[in-house]
Amino acid sequence: MSQQLDYKALGLRVGLEIHQQLATRHKLFCHCPPTLTTRQPTTTIYRRLRLSESELGEIDPAALLEFKKGRIIEYVCEPGTACLVEQDEEPPHPINPEAVHYALVIAHALHARPVDEIHVMRKIVIDGSNTTGFQRTCIVALGGYIRVGDKTIPIQTICLEEEAARKIGERPGVVTYALDRLGIPLIEIATAPVIESPEECLRVALAIGRLLRLTGFVKRGLGTIRQDINISIRGGALTEVKGVQELALLPKVVEFEVHRQLHLIRLAEELQKRGANPEDVRSKLTDVTDCFQDTKCRVLHRAIKRGERVYAICLPKFAGLLGLEPYPGVRLGREIAAYVRVESGIPGILHSDEIRKYGVSDSEVVAVQRALHCSDQDAFIVFTAPDPETAQRAADAIVKRAKQAIQGVPEETRAARPDGTTEYMRPRPGAARMYPETDIPPYPVTDEAWQRATSYSIPTWDEAVEQLIKEFDLNKQLAEQLLDSPYMDVFKAAVRIGAPPRFTASFLTERLVALKKEGVAADQLSNEQLIEILKLLAEGRIPKDGCLALVRYLAEHPSTSVEEAVVKLGLQMLSEEEVRRIVSETITQNRDVIERRGERAVSAFMGMLMRKLRGRVDPRLLRQLVEEEVRRALTQ
Amino acid sequence: MEKDRLPGYRGSAREILSKAGASVGDRVAIVLTDGGRVEGTLMPRYELADDRHIVVKLDNGYNIGVRVARIQSIEVIARRTLPTPVRAPPPEIRAKERVVILGTGGTIAARVDYVTGGVTPVFTPEDLYALVPELSDIARIETHLLFNIFSENMTPQHWSRIAEATADAFRQGADGVVIAHGTDTMGYTAAALAFALRKLPGPVVLVGAQRSSDRPSSDAATNLIAAVYTAARAPFAEVVVAMHQTRSDTAIAIHRGTRVRKLHSSRRDAFKSVNAPPLAVFEKGELTLLTQDYRARNSDPPEVDARFEPHVALIKFHPGMPPDILEYLHDRGYRGIILEGTGLGHVNVSWVDTLRRLTKDMLVGMCTQTIWGRVNMRVYSTGRLLLQAGVIGLEDMLAETALVKAMWVLAHTDDLEEAKQLMLTNFAGEISERLIE
Repeated sequence: MSQQLDYKALGLRVGLEIHQQLATRHKLFCHCPPTLTTRQPTTTIYRRLRLSESELGEIDPAALLEFKKGRIIEYVCEPGTACLVEQDEEPPHPINPEAVHYALVIAHALHARPVDEIHVMRKIVIDGSNTTGFQRTCIVALGGYIRVGDKTIPIQTICLEEEAARKIGERPGVVTYALDRLGIPLIEIATAPVIESPEECLRVALAIGRLLRLTGFVKRGLGTIRQDINISIRGGALTEVKGVQELALLPKVVEFEVHRQLHLIRLAEELQKRGANPEDVRSKLTDVTDCFQDTKCRVLHRAIKRGERVYAICLPKFAGLLGLEPYPGVRLGREIAAYVRVESGIPGILHSDEIRKYGVSDSEVVAVQRALHCSDQDAFIVFTAPDPETAQRAADAIVKRAKQAIQGVPEETRAARPDGTTEYMRPRPGAARMYPETDIPPYPVTDEAWQRATSYSIPTWDEAVEQLIKEFDLNKQLAEQLLDSPYMDVFKAAVRIGAPPRFTASFLTERLVALKKEGVAADQLSNEQLIEILKLLAEGRIPKDGCLALVRYLAEHPSTSVEEAVVKLGLQMLSEEEVRRIVSETITQNRDVIERRGERAVSAFMGMLMRKLRGRVDPRLLRQLVEEEVRRALTQ
Repeated sequence: MEKDRLPGYRGSAREILSKAGASVGDRVAIVLTDGGRVEGTLMPRYELADDRHIVVKLDNGYNIGVRVARIQSIEVIARRTLPTPVRAPPPEIRAKERVVILGTGGTIAARVDYVTGGVTPVFTPEDLYALVPELSDIARIETHLLFNIFSENMTPQHWSRIAEATADAFRQGADGVVIAHGTDTMGYTAAALAFALRKLPGPVVLVGAQRSSDRPSSDAATNLIAAVYTAARAPFAEVVVAMHQTRSDTAIAIHRGTRVRKLHSSRRDAFKSVNAPPLAVFEKGELTLLTQDYRARNSDPPEVDARFEPHVALIKFHPGMPPDILEYLHDRGYRGIILEGTGLGHVNVSWVDTLRRLTKDMLVGMCTQTIWGRVNMRVYSTGRLLLQAGVIGLEDMLAETALVKAMWVLAHTDDLEEAKQLMLTNFAGEISERLIE
């Protein structure tokens, strides 16, 4: 389906921005521990963020969009992981010197030059993910490079900034954020846009990610590292894609984006060829509810029953172009639907290219066309809305996107989806709205501080692999997988309490990955849960294959504790006494086997008992006991 | 006087910039001694920072500091041309009530210059409507900037000026007056106005912000909306303070001016009514009275009497404190002392003799450093001795309010007995007969 594209010829340019959480003792601007909480929230605070107008009367388009949504932001927190600073009820504490030190170490490792004085800035963000309405961020170093293969990738900036609050819910009019994550120190490494292929993007991200992991002071685990990319092709537009969490997804995302931009370029060409004109796309709403009074289309029927009205808009000369899908997920109709959803909250639209698939009849289509005064050369979009204001917002969004479609590719900020597609999130923000954080004085980078940073020794990849092989008697493949995995900390903790290293390494890497491929949500388990499972193994209370069974169960029953799961699965290992009792009972009940087979009865009983007791007894112990009991039975 | 073109810069940093002829806002190119190069916009210097760095805003918006010692040369590439701001047209004012906003300091609204990072307070009605559009549905606003100082720098003379200006505003036809004020001493000013404005036709609402108004999370706008609404529509004619009731933006408490105290250094809900509930709460666009016991709006002309005797002190007693501080104040001509005693209103019994002497020509009143609760010096012997020594218990009055009241009372009488009586007369809700919490 996807033909191999010539990325160089297309002028593909990708810049990578890696955000990595640091494992400092406390957060960047306060003394809370930098961890996510498992406890229930004890405090709920409701806020609204107001738009700030600049001196020039300019209003940032992304910020304006958020403000128009007029949403209430609900912040929840508990005292172990958020304080008054996170609640925006206390000024920030001085910048965490440990975080600055780590940032300087990384700067040195990337051959960058530190700034002489660090100035913390306020970067306006009003979607609610920062309680203050801005993110505190600062540049620590400029310039630098990393060699990937035989290419030198320039690093533009290395910044230190605070993580955002964690979005945990959304309902009409309210968005909910947890404050535990807010303020965790993040290091941001931005490359120059010199990456030229999806595969190169993966290699560069892996190289930087590995370097970060080798320092030993970054957090591990899901969500502790995020990749954003800036991507454009010749004739396209600079698009920011945020939040690629899994490395493996990067090439897919790049490929998707290239196909998407290519498609939009071709659509624009086609539209212009057809004589489409942005002036002809009008946001005047037409109420077409009457056309659908007896519709068989379930979506529309249900909406009408709810009391909503059905609206339609004509897109002149767009016929056939909304549903065209040259690559999975690449479709103008999908783009328009996203704009409608973001700007009006209306969850979906129907368009003329596909509307019949949803049960709309030919006569209904004709009725709509007549109401809109549009022909078969034109496309139309139909949607339902609970009130005229929302409908108008949706119409404005459709018209905005349609006009852009005639001209080419709009500049956007998009979100990466777990399937490798991207989705419109918001317009690209204007020039970063940043001004100094005057509550924090400038922080000079002294010669001593830089000296300390440069003398921090980071092992090379090969050294780190060697170290693991030697210390834990692992093979090279396992060692490398472990170094790349999010579970390095879990491994170290488990081995410290006696878990067998080779099994543990394989379990945390290959086995969990295999489970995920099966569709088991193994990454939902916390590090604590995994360590607990390995602890049970170390104590001999569960057998090795019990570990995977537990992961499977806990992924499906997330509110169960590990202990409860052990009981539920009947995994508890039997004591030697219990085994002996079961063996002798079985033998007593099956004397005929002894009579017939004599000594060879042992294998028959092993078969019977392994089937019954699999996973709850060490096979060697079982064999020993069966042999003893059979011998005893024979001598009786 | 010409505005400083290099604000905040001194010493070697200023020297090197002056030599290059650079001004803040200019685009500069800096060549470093190791061959590196930095280009960007010259920024002002933070006043407490050293004189060894200059600050440049890079094209990506970030500021960085460059060590002067590493600079080989600075070249000005382009002068800053200030573009003219495009303002939104003024909104249609639908409301009829007239509210005057007096500015004394404390920023209730500001704009940010993202180029220099400067925050400019704004105070014209057009600017206020632009930044807080909800106001156009609430009142017709007029603004007067009286002065612009941190509230910790206010003195009783400032209180007098504010009182006079408030009375003037009512005489000119205002339905209500809002006073923008720094939060640090807002409680003191509120009490002062409650005593100085002897007759009031409508509400006087002090308002401030705990979070700077340049930031999107600022409490300034919601507090201001509540304050203007209260000034325009409240049925009472009293001096009140409008600030957040909780850490959420949902409700603004309207506190009686003689009852309110700042009880947290930074939280939005720092202001609480002590020994009394707030007078009202503003929530979801409506004002709900929490009591029917208030002075109602009326059409009488305002009366001001804003004389304050500055030689009154507020002294917080602590264990082991000797009483000679009181002698010192007496000898310096102080006419009154408000004591923050412990518990029900106690100080070290060794103070009794000194107090017996001083109360012959000084007013000495007792409040409690517990902040909450009523003073009662009849329960324990220490209290009884202090009463005998001529100290008067000030019931459940806040110590800060008592200080301001004493300043007002002593500016109006030399007769100690009359002064004591006036201190114990309830003028503006500062004393209550019943405490229920």
